[in-house]
Amino acid sequence: MSLEILTYSFMHRALISGIAIAILCSVVGLFLVLRRYSLFGDAIAHSSFGGIALGLLAGIYPLWTAYGVSIVSALIITRIKDKFNISGDASIAVLLSSGIAVGLVVIGFSGGFTIDIFSFLFGSILLVSVDDTVLILLLTGIILIVILLLYRQILYSTFNEEQAKVSGVPVEKINYLIVFMAGITVVTSIQLVGVLLISALFVIPNVTAIMYGKGFKQTAIISMSFSVFSVVVGILISYVFDITPAGTIVLLSIGLLAGTMGIKSAGLLSKN
Amino acid sequence: MLRAVEISNLTVQYPDVKALDDVSFVVNQGDFLGIIGPNGAGKSTLFDSMLGLNTKYKGEIKFFGEDIRKSKNYLKEIGFVPQKPIFEKNFPATVSDVVRMGLRNESDENKIDEILQQLWIHELRNRQIGELSGGQLQRVFIAKALVNNPKILILDEPVTGIDQQSIELFYSILRELNSKQKITIIWSSHDLDAINQLANHVACLNRTLFFHGKSEKFFSDDELVKQYSEASMQEHMHHH
Repeated sequence: MSLEILTYSFMHRALISGIAIAILCSVVGLFLVLRRYSLFGDAIAHSSFGGIALGLLAGIYPLWTAYGVSIVSALIITRIKDKFNISGDASIAVLLSSGIAVGLVVIGFSGGFTIDIFSFLFGSILLVSVDDTVLILLLTGIILIVILLLYRQILYSTFNEEQAKVSGVPVEKINYLIVFMAGITVVTSIQLVGVLLISALFVIPNVTAIMYGKGFKQTAIISMSFSVFSVVVGILISYVFDITPAGTIVLLSIGLLAGTMGIKSAGLLSKN
Repeated sequence: MLRAVEISNLTVQYPDVKALDDVSFVVNQGDFLGIIGPNGAGKSTLFDSMLGLNTKYKGEIKFFGEDIRKSKNYLKEIGFVPQKPIFEKNFPATVSDVVRMGLRNESDENKIDEILQQLWIHELRNRQIGELSGGQLQRVFIAKALVNNPKILILDEPVTGIDQQSIELFYSILRELNSKQKITIIWSSHDLDAINQLANHVACLNRTLFFHGKSEKFFSDDELVKQYSEASMQEHMHHH
Protein backbone atom coordinates (compact mmCIF):
# COMPACT_ATOMS: atom_id res chain seq x y z
CA MET A 1 0.00 0.00 0.00
CA SER A 2 1.49 3.31 -1.06
CA LEU A 3 1.59 6.10 1.53
CA GLU A 4 0.69 8.54 -1.21
CA ILE A 5 -3.00 8.11 -0.50
CA LEU A 6 -2.47 9.78 2.89
CA THR A 7 -1.57 13.03 1.14
CA TYR A 8 -4.90 13.48 -0.65
CA SER A 9 -7.17 16.01 1.01
CA PHE A 10 -10.32 13.96 0.29
CA MET A 11 -8.63 11.13 2.21
CA HIS A 12 -7.91 13.48 5.14
CA ARG A 13 -11.57 14.47 5.23
CA ALA A 14 -12.68 10.86 4.97
CA LEU A 15 -10.39 9.71 7.78
CA ILE A 16 -11.19 12.64 10.11
CA SER A 17 -14.97 12.23 9.59
CA GLY A 18 -14.64 8.46 9.82
CA ILE A 19 -12.80 8.57 13.16
CA ALA A 20 -15.32 11.03 14.61
CA ILE A 21 -18.25 8.88 13.49
CA ALA A 22 -16.56 5.72 14.77
CA ILE A 23 -16.18 7.22 18.26
CA LEU A 24 -19.68 8.69 18.27
CA CYS A 25 -21.40 5.48 17.14
CA SER A 26 -19.54 3.32 19.61
CA VAL A 27 -20.40 5.56 22.59
CA VAL A 28 -24.07 6.12 21.73
CA GLY A 29 -24.34 2.50 20.60
CA LEU A 30 -23.04 1.18 23.94
CA PHE A 31 -26.03 2.68 25.73
CA LEU A 32 -28.42 1.38 23.05
CA VAL A 33 -26.99 -2.15 23.22
CA LEU A 34 -27.21 -2.21 27.02
CA ARG A 35 -30.80 -0.97 26.85
CA ARG A 36 -31.63 -3.84 24.45
CA TYR A 37 -32.18 -1.28 21.74
CA SER A 38 -29.62 -2.76 19.36
CA LEU A 39 -31.84 -2.42 16.31
CA PHE A 40 -32.97 1.08 17.14
CA GLY A 41 -30.15 2.55 15.04
CA ASP A 42 -31.32 0.46 12.13
CA ALA A 43 -34.91 1.63 12.55
CA ILE A 44 -33.95 5.31 12.66
CA ALA A 45 -31.69 4.79 9.65
CA HIS A 46 -34.54 3.27 7.67
CA SER A 47 -36.86 6.09 8.64
CA SER A 48 -34.17 8.55 7.54
CA PHE A 49 -34.40 6.91 4.12
CA GLY A 50 -37.88 8.41 3.89
CA GLY A 51 -36.41 11.76 4.90
CA ILE A 52 -33.69 11.55 2.28
CA ALA A 53 -36.21 10.79 -0.46
CA LEU A 54 -38.36 13.73 0.65
CA GLY A 55 -35.33 16.03 0.54
CA LEU A 56 -34.32 14.89 -2.93
CA LEU A 57 -37.90 15.35 -4.15
CA ALA A 58 -38.23 18.82 -2.61
CA GLY A 59 -34.77 19.91 -3.72
CA ILE A 60 -33.56 20.38 -0.15
CA TYR A 61 -30.18 18.98 0.98
CA PRO A 62 -31.34 15.42 1.82
CA LEU A 63 -29.41 15.10 5.09
CA TRP A 64 -31.34 18.04 6.59
CA THR A 65 -34.69 16.39 5.88
CA ALA A 66 -33.20 13.12 7.11
CA TYR A 67 -32.27 14.76 10.45
CA GLY A 68 -35.78 16.13 10.80
CA VAL A 69 -37.59 12.90 9.93
CA SER A 70 -35.27 10.69 12.00
CA ILE A 71 -35.45 12.73 15.18
CA VAL A 72 -39.21 13.16 14.95
CA SER A 73 -39.85 9.49 14.24
CA ALA A 74 -37.45 8.37 17.01
CA LEU A 75 -39.27 10.53 19.55
CA ILE A 76 -42.72 9.47 18.30
CA ILE A 77 -41.86 5.79 18.48
CA THR A 78 -40.57 6.17 22.03
CA ARG A 79 -43.77 7.92 23.02
CA ILE A 80 -45.94 5.28 21.34
CA LYS A 81 -43.95 2.51 22.99
CA ASP A 82 -44.48 4.03 26.46
CA LYS A 83 -48.08 5.02 25.94
CA PHE A 84 -49.47 1.89 24.27
CA ASN A 85 -47.08 -0.51 25.95
CA ILE A 86 -45.81 -1.97 22.68
CA SER A 87 -42.61 -3.99 23.08
CA GLY A 88 -39.31 -2.48 21.96
CA ASP A 89 -38.72 -4.91 19.11
CA ALA A 90 -42.23 -4.49 17.67
CA SER A 91 -42.02 -0.69 17.77
CA ILE A 92 -38.66 -0.87 16.01
CA ALA A 93 -40.19 -3.05 13.28
CA VAL A 94 -42.99 -0.50 12.77
CA LEU A 95 -40.55 2.40 12.50
CA LEU A 96 -38.23 0.49 10.20
CA SER A 97 -40.85 -0.41 7.65
CA SER A 98 -42.67 2.94 7.70
CA GLY A 99 -39.46 4.77 6.79
CA ILE A 100 -38.74 2.55 3.81
CA ALA A 101 -42.40 2.68 2.72
CA VAL A 102 -42.40 6.49 2.75
CA GLY A 103 -39.14 6.52 0.84
CA LEU A 104 -40.41 4.14 -1.84
CA VAL A 105 -43.65 6.05 -2.36
CA VAL A 106 -41.82 9.37 -2.60
CA ILE A 107 -39.32 7.89 -5.07
CA GLY A 108 -42.25 6.59 -7.10
CA PHE A 109 -43.80 10.05 -7.29
CA SER A 110 -40.54 11.65 -8.37
CA GLY A 111 -39.98 9.22 -11.23
CA GLY A 112 -36.86 7.82 -9.52
CA PHE A 113 -33.44 9.26 -8.62
CA THR A 114 -31.54 6.07 -8.15
CA ILE A 115 -27.97 7.34 -8.24
CA ASP A 116 -28.32 9.77 -5.33
CA ILE A 117 -30.28 7.27 -3.30
CA PHE A 118 -27.57 4.69 -3.86
CA SER A 119 -24.92 6.78 -2.13
CA PHE A 120 -27.20 7.20 0.89
CA LEU A 121 -27.94 3.50 1.04
CA PHE A 122 -24.31 2.47 1.06
CA GLY A 123 -22.42 5.57 2.18
CA SER A 124 -19.94 7.75 0.37
CA ILE A 125 -17.26 8.65 2.86
CA LEU A 126 -14.64 9.42 0.22
CA LEU A 127 -16.92 12.16 -1.13
CA VAL A 128 -17.49 14.13 2.11
CA SER A 129 -17.05 17.85 1.68
CA VAL A 130 -15.29 20.28 4.02
CA ASP A 131 -18.70 21.46 5.23
CA ASP A 132 -19.79 17.88 5.93
CA THR A 133 -16.60 17.24 7.89
CA VAL A 134 -17.09 20.36 10.00
CA LEU A 135 -20.70 19.39 10.73
CA ILE A 136 -19.70 15.84 11.67
CA LEU A 137 -16.99 17.10 14.06
CA LEU A 138 -19.34 19.65 15.59
CA LEU A 139 -22.18 17.18 16.23
CA THR A 140 -19.77 14.56 17.55
CA GLY A 141 -18.28 17.12 19.96
CA ILE A 142 -21.67 18.29 21.21
CA ILE A 143 -23.05 14.79 21.78
CA LEU A 144 -19.89 13.58 23.55
CA ILE A 145 -19.94 16.63 25.85
CA VAL A 146 -23.61 16.05 26.71
CA ILE A 147 -22.87 12.39 27.50
CA LEU A 148 -19.88 13.30 29.68
CA LEU A 149 -21.92 15.87 31.61
CA LEU A 150 -24.84 13.50 32.22
CA TYR A 151 -22.70 10.36 32.42
CA ARG A 152 -23.92 9.16 35.81
CA GLN A 153 -27.60 9.73 35.07
CA ILE A 154 -27.42 8.08 31.64
CA LEU A 155 -25.50 5.07 32.95
CA TYR A 156 -27.73 4.69 36.02
CA SER A 157 -30.98 4.80 34.04
CA THR A 158 -29.48 2.31 31.57
CA PHE A 159 -28.51 0.00 34.43
CA ASN A 160 -31.86 0.01 36.22
CA GLU A 161 -34.61 2.54 35.56
CA GLU A 162 -36.49 2.01 38.79
CA GLN A 163 -33.49 2.42 41.06
CA ALA A 164 -32.36 5.45 39.09
CA LYS A 165 -35.79 7.01 39.66
CA VAL A 166 -35.59 6.38 43.39
CA SER A 167 -32.20 8.13 43.36
CA GLY A 168 -33.86 11.16 41.79
CA VAL A 169 -32.60 10.67 38.20
CA PRO A 170 -35.12 12.13 35.70
CA VAL A 171 -35.33 8.81 33.84
CA GLU A 172 -37.99 9.75 31.25
CA LYS A 173 -36.09 12.85 30.17
CA ILE A 174 -32.85 10.88 29.94
CA ASN A 175 -34.58 8.26 27.77
CA TYR A 176 -35.79 10.89 25.33
CA LEU A 177 -32.36 12.49 25.29
CA ILE A 178 -30.71 9.16 24.36
CA VAL A 179 -33.19 8.59 21.56
CA PHE A 180 -32.72 12.16 20.30
CA MET A 181 -28.92 11.76 20.30
CA ALA A 182 -29.25 8.38 18.57
CA GLY A 183 -31.32 10.04 15.83
CA ILE A 184 -28.64 12.67 15.21
CA THR A 185 -25.87 10.08 15.36
CA VAL A 186 -27.51 7.83 12.79
CA VAL A 187 -28.03 10.54 10.20
CA THR A 188 -24.52 11.88 10.79
CA SER A 189 -23.14 8.40 10.17
CA ILE A 190 -25.09 7.76 6.97
CA GLN A 191 -22.27 9.28 4.96
CA LEU A 192 -19.83 6.71 6.31
CA VAL A 193 -21.64 3.38 5.97
CA GLY A 194 -25.04 4.26 4.52
CA VAL A 195 -28.53 3.51 5.76
CA LEU A 196 -28.24 -0.25 5.48
CA LEU A 197 -25.17 -0.87 7.62
CA ILE A 198 -25.52 1.72 10.39
CA SER A 199 -26.48 -0.70 13.12
CA ALA A 200 -23.21 -2.55 12.52
CA LEU A 201 -21.32 0.50 13.82
CA PHE A 202 -23.66 0.80 16.80
CA VAL A 203 -23.68 -2.81 17.78
CA ILE A 204 -20.64 -4.86 16.68
CA PRO A 205 -17.78 -2.97 18.43
CA ASN A 206 -19.84 -2.84 21.63
CA VAL A 207 -20.81 -6.50 21.62
CA THR A 208 -17.11 -7.25 21.08
CA ALA A 209 -15.96 -4.95 23.89
CA ILE A 210 -18.51 -6.28 26.39
CA MET A 211 -17.01 -9.76 25.95
CA TYR A 212 -13.80 -8.58 27.61
CA GLY A 213 -15.74 -8.34 30.89
CA LYS A 214 -14.31 -5.01 32.05
CA GLY A 215 -15.80 -1.99 33.82
CA PHE A 216 -17.90 0.57 32.00
CA LYS A 217 -15.21 3.07 31.02
CA GLN A 218 -12.76 0.40 29.89
CA THR A 219 -15.48 -1.26 27.85
CA ALA A 220 -16.25 2.07 26.17
CA ILE A 221 -12.55 2.60 25.39
CA ILE A 222 -12.13 -0.91 23.95
CA SER A 223 -15.22 -0.42 21.81
CA MET A 224 -14.02 2.97 20.54
CA SER A 225 -10.60 1.56 19.68
CA PHE A 226 -12.07 -1.34 17.71
CA SER A 227 -14.47 0.99 15.97
CA VAL A 228 -11.77 3.50 14.99
CA PHE A 229 -9.46 0.68 13.85
CA SER A 230 -12.14 -0.83 11.58
CA VAL A 231 -13.06 2.52 10.08
CA VAL A 232 -9.51 3.74 9.40
CA VAL A 233 -8.21 0.42 8.05
CA GLY A 234 -11.48 -0.13 6.20
CA ILE A 235 -11.28 3.21 4.40
CA LEU A 236 -7.65 2.66 3.40
CA ILE A 237 -8.13 -0.94 2.20
CA SER A 238 -11.25 -0.08 0.26
CA TYR A 239 -9.47 2.75 -1.52
CA VAL A 240 -6.47 0.61 -2.42
CA PHE A 241 -8.60 -2.26 -3.73
CA ASP A 242 -11.34 -0.04 -5.08
CA ILE A 243 -14.14 -1.71 -3.13
CA THR A 244 -16.95 -0.21 -1.05
CA PRO A 245 -15.76 1.26 2.29
CA ALA A 246 -19.00 0.45 4.11
CA GLY A 247 -18.77 -3.28 3.49
CA THR A 248 -15.04 -3.37 4.27
CA ILE A 249 -15.49 -1.50 7.56
CA VAL A 250 -18.29 -3.77 8.72
CA LEU A 251 -16.41 -6.93 7.73
CA LEU A 252 -13.36 -5.74 9.67
CA SER A 253 -15.41 -5.18 12.81
CA ILE A 254 -17.00 -8.59 12.36
CA GLY A 255 -13.44 -9.95 12.09
CA LEU A 256 -12.57 -8.35 15.45
CA LEU A 257 -15.72 -9.84 16.96
CA ALA A 258 -14.88 -13.29 15.60
CA GLY A 259 -11.30 -12.95 16.90
CA THR A 260 -12.57 -11.99 20.35
CA MET A 261 -14.94 -14.93 20.34
CA GLY A 262 -12.02 -17.17 19.40
CA ILE A 263 -9.86 -15.81 22.25
CA LYS A 264 -12.75 -16.21 24.64
CA SER A 265 -13.56 -19.79 23.69
CA ALA A 266 -9.85 -20.64 23.98
CA GLY A 267 -10.25 -19.60 27.64
CA LEU A 268 -7.81 -16.71 27.35
CA LEU A 269 -10.35 -14.14 28.58
CA SER A 270 -11.66 -16.00 31.59
CA LYS A 271 -10.79 -14.37 34.88
CA ASN A 272 -10.92 -16.18 38.24
CA MET B 1 -38.88 12.62 68.92
CA LEU B 2 -38.51 13.73 65.29
CA ARG B 3 -40.77 12.09 62.81
CA ALA B 4 -38.93 10.60 59.84
CA VAL B 5 -41.96 9.15 58.09
CA GLU B 6 -45.64 9.75 58.62
CA ILE B 7 -48.18 7.76 56.66
CA SER B 8 -51.84 8.69 57.00
CA ASN B 9 -54.83 6.80 55.60
CA LEU B 10 -52.85 5.36 52.72
CA THR B 11 -55.12 3.50 50.29
CA VAL B 12 -54.08 2.04 46.96
CA GLN B 13 -56.77 0.65 44.70
CA TYR B 14 -55.67 -1.50 41.76
CA PRO B 15 -58.27 -2.37 39.08
CA ASP B 16 -59.08 -5.77 40.60
CA VAL B 17 -57.93 -5.48 44.20
CA LYS B 18 -57.37 -3.03 47.04
CA ALA B 19 -53.63 -3.39 47.65
CA LEU B 20 -53.54 -1.14 50.72
CA ASP B 21 -56.54 -0.14 52.81
CA ASP B 22 -56.37 2.89 55.09
CA VAL B 23 -52.86 2.28 56.41
CA SER B 24 -51.46 4.80 58.92
CA PHE B 25 -48.26 4.71 60.96
CA VAL B 26 -45.33 6.85 62.05
CA VAL B 27 -41.61 6.08 62.00
CA ASN B 28 -39.48 8.19 64.31
CA GLN B 29 -35.88 9.07 63.53
CA GLY B 30 -33.55 6.34 64.75
CA ASP B 31 -36.25 3.67 64.69
CA PHE B 32 -35.63 0.23 63.26
CA LEU B 33 -38.98 -0.82 61.82
CA GLY B 34 -39.58 -4.34 60.58
CA ILE B 35 -42.52 -4.73 58.22
CA ILE B 36 -43.93 -8.23 58.06
CA GLY B 37 -46.77 -9.69 56.08
CA PRO B 38 -47.57 -12.55 53.72
CA ASN B 39 -46.97 -12.39 49.98
CA GLY B 40 -49.41 -9.99 48.39
CA ALA B 41 -49.87 -8.10 51.67
CA GLY B 42 -49.01 -4.82 49.97
CA LYS B 43 -45.42 -4.40 51.17
CA SER B 44 -44.05 -3.62 47.74
CA THR B 45 -46.97 -1.30 47.00
CA LEU B 46 -46.23 0.50 50.26
CA PHE B 47 -42.56 0.93 49.33
CA ASP B 48 -43.37 1.98 45.75
CA SER B 49 -45.68 4.66 47.12
CA MET B 50 -43.10 5.86 49.66
CA LEU B 51 -40.40 6.03 46.98
CA GLY B 52 -42.48 7.95 44.47
CA LEU B 53 -42.74 5.04 42.01
CA ASN B 54 -46.49 4.75 42.57
CA THR B 55 -48.30 8.08 42.70
CA LYS B 56 -51.84 6.72 42.40
CA TYR B 57 -52.70 6.56 46.08
CA LYS B 58 -55.17 8.19 48.41
CA GLY B 59 -54.03 9.55 51.74
CA GLU B 60 -50.80 11.25 52.66
CA ILE B 61 -47.12 10.30 52.91
CA LYS B 62 -44.77 12.68 54.68
CA PHE B 63 -40.99 12.48 55.01
CA PHE B 64 -39.50 14.85 57.62
CA GLY B 65 -42.85 16.62 57.85
CA GLU B 66 -43.04 17.34 54.10
CA ASP B 67 -45.72 15.86 51.80
CA ILE B 68 -43.90 13.86 49.10
CA ARG B 69 -46.36 15.04 46.48
CA LYS B 70 -44.93 18.53 46.88
CA SER B 71 -41.24 17.84 46.45
CA LYS B 72 -38.91 15.00 45.55
CA ASN B 73 -36.11 16.43 47.68
CA TYR B 74 -36.70 13.81 50.35
CA LEU B 75 -35.25 11.16 48.02
CA LYS B 76 -31.80 12.63 48.77
CA GLU B 77 -32.14 11.41 52.34
CA ILE B 78 -33.16 7.88 51.40
CA GLY B 79 -31.13 4.84 50.48
CA PHE B 80 -33.12 2.00 48.92
CA VAL B 81 -32.08 -1.64 48.60
CA PRO B 82 -34.35 -3.49 46.16
CA GLN B 83 -35.68 -7.00 46.66
CA LYS B 84 -33.73 -8.39 43.74
CA PRO B 85 -31.11 -6.32 42.01
CA ILE B 86 -32.13 -6.73 38.39
CA PHE B 87 -29.55 -6.06 35.70
CA GLU B 88 -28.14 -7.68 32.59
CA LYS B 89 -25.77 -10.49 33.58
CA ASN B 90 -22.99 -9.19 31.35
CA PHE B 91 -23.54 -5.50 32.10
CA PRO B 92 -20.05 -3.99 31.87
CA ALA B 93 -19.84 -2.46 35.32
CA THR B 94 -17.49 -3.07 38.22
CA VAL B 95 -18.49 -2.92 41.86
CA SER B 96 -17.18 0.63 42.13
CA ASP B 97 -19.04 1.61 38.91
CA VAL B 98 -22.30 0.50 40.53
CA VAL B 99 -21.66 2.28 43.83
CA ARG B 100 -20.63 5.41 41.89
CA MET B 101 -24.04 5.43 40.14
CA GLY B 102 -25.62 6.14 43.53
CA LEU B 103 -23.24 8.99 44.30
CA ARG B 104 -25.00 12.32 43.85
CA ASN B 105 -21.96 14.49 44.41
CA GLU B 106 -19.56 13.05 41.87
CA SER B 107 -16.48 14.76 43.29
CA ASP B 108 -16.85 12.68 46.42
CA GLU B 109 -14.81 9.71 45.07
CA ASN B 110 -13.28 8.87 48.50
CA LYS B 111 -16.72 8.10 49.80
CA ILE B 112 -16.86 5.06 47.50
CA ASP B 113 -13.73 3.50 49.01
CA GLU B 114 -14.89 4.34 52.49
CA ILE B 115 -18.26 2.63 52.09
CA LEU B 116 -16.76 -0.42 50.33
CA GLN B 117 -14.36 -0.86 53.26
CA GLN B 118 -17.15 -0.49 55.77
CA LEU B 119 -19.12 -3.28 54.08
CA TRP B 120 -16.12 -5.63 53.64
CA ILE B 121 -16.22 -5.56 49.85
CA HIS B 122 -13.29 -3.28 49.14
CA GLU B 123 -11.25 -6.11 47.61
CA LEU B 124 -14.06 -6.64 45.09
CA ARG B 125 -14.05 -3.06 43.83
CA ASN B 126 -12.71 -3.90 40.35
CA ARG B 127 -14.69 -7.09 39.88
CA GLN B 128 -17.51 -7.19 37.36
CA ILE B 129 -20.87 -7.35 39.12
CA GLY B 130 -22.06 -10.31 37.05
CA GLU B 131 -19.41 -12.49 38.74
CA LEU B 132 -20.49 -11.86 42.32
CA SER B 133 -22.36 -14.19 44.67
CA GLY B 134 -25.81 -13.24 45.99
CA GLY B 135 -24.42 -12.10 49.34
CA GLN B 136 -21.66 -9.98 47.79
CA LEU B 137 -24.13 -8.43 45.36
CA GLN B 138 -26.44 -7.56 48.21
CA ARG B 139 -23.64 -5.70 50.02
CA VAL B 140 -22.81 -3.84 46.79
CA PHE B 141 -26.41 -2.61 46.60
CA ILE B 142 -26.36 -1.64 50.25
CA ALA B 143 -23.14 0.28 49.56
CA LYS B 144 -24.85 2.05 46.64
CA ALA B 145 -27.76 2.94 48.92
CA LEU B 146 -25.46 4.26 51.67
CA VAL B 147 -22.96 6.21 49.60
CA ASN B 148 -24.87 9.51 49.96
CA ASN B 149 -25.10 9.25 53.77
CA PRO B 150 -28.87 8.80 53.81
CA LYS B 151 -30.88 9.39 56.96
CA ILE B 152 -33.25 6.54 56.14
CA LEU B 153 -32.44 3.13 54.70
CA ILE B 154 -35.33 1.20 53.13
CA LEU B 155 -34.81 -2.48 52.35
CA ASP B 156 -37.32 -4.67 50.50
CA GLU B 157 -36.87 -8.30 51.65
CA PRO B 158 -33.28 -8.39 50.55
CA VAL B 159 -32.28 -11.87 51.79
CA THR B 160 -33.85 -14.20 49.25
CA GLY B 161 -31.33 -16.60 47.73
CA ILE B 162 -28.44 -15.67 50.01
CA ASP B 163 -26.34 -18.08 52.08
CA GLN B 164 -26.60 -18.16 55.88
CA GLN B 165 -23.15 -16.68 56.53
CA SER B 166 -23.88 -13.67 54.34
CA ILE B 167 -27.24 -13.22 56.04
CA GLU B 168 -25.53 -13.08 59.47
CA LEU B 169 -23.06 -10.51 58.18
CA PHE B 170 -25.89 -8.52 56.65
CA TYR B 171 -27.78 -8.48 59.96
CA SER B 172 -24.73 -7.27 61.88
CA ILE B 173 -24.23 -4.51 59.30
CA LEU B 174 -27.85 -3.40 59.72
CA ARG B 175 -27.53 -3.42 63.51
CA GLU B 176 -24.42 -1.26 63.36
CA LEU B 177 -25.92 1.21 60.88
CA ASN B 178 -28.88 1.72 63.17
CA SER B 179 -27.14 1.78 66.56
CA LYS B 180 -23.85 3.53 65.73
CA GLN B 181 -24.69 5.70 62.74
CA LYS B 182 -28.26 6.37 63.88
CA ILE B 183 -29.71 5.60 60.45
CA THR B 184 -33.46 5.00 60.51
CA ILE B 185 -34.16 1.61 59.00
CA ILE B 186 -37.37 0.37 57.39
CA TRP B 187 -37.03 -3.24 56.48
CA SER B 188 -39.54 -5.70 55.09
CA SER B 189 -38.80 -9.34 55.77
CA HIS B 190 -40.30 -12.80 56.04
CA ASP B 191 -37.84 -13.73 58.78
CA LEU B 192 -39.72 -13.27 62.07
CA ASP B 193 -36.70 -14.32 64.18
CA ALA B 194 -34.49 -11.71 62.57
CA ILE B 195 -37.14 -9.03 63.02
CA ASN B 196 -37.39 -10.07 66.66
CA GLN B 197 -33.62 -9.70 67.11
CA LEU B 198 -33.06 -6.50 65.15
CA ALA B 199 -36.12 -4.31 64.93
CA ASN B 200 -37.43 -2.18 67.78
CA HIS B 201 -40.78 -1.64 66.05
CA VAL B 202 -42.96 -3.95 64.02
CA ALA B 203 -45.66 -3.24 61.47
CA CYS B 204 -47.85 -6.17 60.48
CA LEU B 205 -49.37 -5.64 57.10
CA ASN B 206 -52.02 -7.59 55.27
CA ARG B 207 -53.57 -4.92 53.04
CA THR B 208 -54.70 -3.30 56.27
CA LEU B 209 -52.30 -2.65 59.11
CA PHE B 210 -53.28 -5.02 61.89
CA PHE B 211 -50.47 -4.26 64.27
CA HIS B 212 -47.98 -1.45 64.69
CA GLY B 213 -45.92 -0.93 67.80
CA LYS B 214 -42.88 -1.98 69.82
CA SER B 215 -41.50 -5.33 68.77
CA GLU B 216 -41.41 -6.67 72.37
CA LYS B 217 -45.12 -6.08 72.52
CA PHE B 218 -45.72 -7.97 69.29
CA PHE B 219 -43.48 -10.92 70.09
CA SER B 220 -44.64 -11.26 73.71
CA ASP B 221 -48.25 -11.50 72.56
CA ASP B 222 -48.65 -15.12 71.45
CA GLU B 223 -52.14 -14.40 70.19
CA LEU B 224 -50.82 -11.72 67.79
CA VAL B 225 -47.99 -13.88 66.52
CA LYS B 226 -50.42 -16.73 65.99
CA GLN B 227 -52.83 -14.43 64.18
CA TYR B 228 -50.03 -13.27 61.91
CA SER B 229 -48.95 -16.84 61.22
CA GLU B 230 -52.53 -17.84 60.40
CA ALA B 231 -53.02 -14.92 58.03
CA SER B 232 -49.73 -15.78 56.45
CA MET B 233 -50.69 -19.41 56.13
CA GLN B 234 -54.08 -18.65 54.61
CA GLU B 235 -52.48 -16.41 52.06
CA HIS B 236 -49.91 -19.09 51.36
CA MET B 237 -52.61 -21.71 50.73
CA HIS B 238 -54.60 -19.26 48.67
CA HIS B 239 -51.58 -18.85 46.40
CA HIS B 240 -51.24 -22.57 45.76
